[in-house]
Amino acid sequence: MTYYLSLPLDEEERIKLKVGDEVFVSGNVYGMRDQAHRRLAELISEGRELPVDICNGSIFYVGPTEPKPGEKVGSIGPTTSSRMDPFTPLLISKGVRVLIGKGKRSKEVINAIKLYKSVYLVTPGGISPYLRQFVLYVKPIAFLDLGPEAIYNIKLENFPTFVGIDTGGNSL
Amino acid sequence: MRKINTLDIAGIIEDLCKRVNYKLDETVISTIEEASRRESSPIGKKVFSQMLTSYQLAEEEKTPLCQDTGMVSVFLEIGQEVFLKGIPLEEAINTGVRRAYTGSFFRNSIVDDPIGTRRNTLDNTPCIINTRLISGDKINVKLLIKGFGSENATALKMFSPTSSKNDIKEFILDTVRERGPNACPPLFIGVGIGGTADYAVKLSKEALLNLEPMDEWELSILDKINSLRIGPAGLGGDVTALYVNLKTFPTHIAGLPVAININCHILRTGSATI
Repeated sequence: MTYYLSLPLDEEERIKLKVGDEVFVSGNVYGMRDQAHRRLAELISEGRELPVDICNGSIFYVGPTEPKPGEKVGSIGPTTSSRMDPFTPLLISKGVRVLIGKGKRSKEVINAIKLYKSVYLVTPGGISPYLRQFVLYVKPIAFLDLGPEAIYNIKLENFPTFVGIDTGGNSL
Repeated sequence: MRKINTLDIAGIIEDLCKRVNYKLDETVISTIEEASRRESSPIGKKVFSQMLTSYQLAEEEKTPLCQDTGMVSVFLEIGQEVFLKGIPLEEAINTGVRRAYTGSFFRNSIVDDPIGTRRNTLDNTPCIINTRLISGDKINVKLLIKGFGSENATALKMFSPTSSKNDIKEFILDTVRERGPNACPPLFIGVGIGGTADYAVKLSKEALLNLEPMDEWELSILDKINSLRIGPAGLGGDVTALYVNLKTFPTHIAGLPVAININCHILRTGSATI
């Protein structure tokens, strides 16, 4: 099946997605990767407030290049999701429902996806010039000291993905 | 004796870094185009078409082929009749990388103290420099820009000397099965066999620098890898790998080191002769 969906996805929308479906995603995601994940996990364990609201949130594992002058988006594409695996079940338990990245996930992540009826969307790596056409803007919003590893507010429009792990825990 | 100013080398490194981040070698593109015609899965076909469009856009719009503009590896073959004058060679090479990355809106991905502060060096230096002395009065420069999605898939195994070709094949298949999906397939696979542990790893990376025609054993490994059906982007399909190159070197009676270095579909290599 092919779907055109707007974020955030409600539970009903997530449940109908099956592994291998093609999903064109529109709406806002948090772009973040390794160090931002570690910091969020530390803040959660200390019971402190997070710099971003992840309730029913969507995360895109990414570290884009800086846009050229006059452009809103640089080179942008997924980074390897499995490096985020140690932090993902915690973030899902705190409200994240949609994950976008590339590659395999751990058993723990698959279990958390199943438990919270989340979904993991896969988009190909190494095709950033193609993918950037479906990104309207990229704005760093938190952990700015991390440079390319900051948290970004990213707006997608018909961004091409495939369902990698569905709410039933089935994976490609 | 021929005098070469190291700043000329800096200029060449700068130009290569810029070109290689936007434009794939013709051989790489034709290898991928050819493989795309063998792909039969609908998702795999879609991914191939996205890939080929992406390469075109990168060149036309001067957008880096990947947001991970990599860690730069430089391979220099220096003719022993060359006299290098000017700033120290390693400083010159890093100057070239610095100039390329600070002026081009590439992503700076290098951090200093790897297990401490991990502060970004903000100019993508240092790069990794390999030098070798050869005869003559020329310098051959080769460059490989590699993201860490694929570099993290590297594997090394110290086999026993009585191991078989089949044991090595199985190791390659296990590595691709386990780590290939994360390394942005379809893949280019470099394998280094022999030498010492460190030398096998170096050989496996050098195996990615030239796409020489594959021999029978390499083709049979490629076939086996493709039967894993990881497919383009790891979404299933006929084409998991595009190319396998094995490089060998004499080794010790007690050992058989084997290293595997996997590259994503955007094999970013460049070369020049001074």
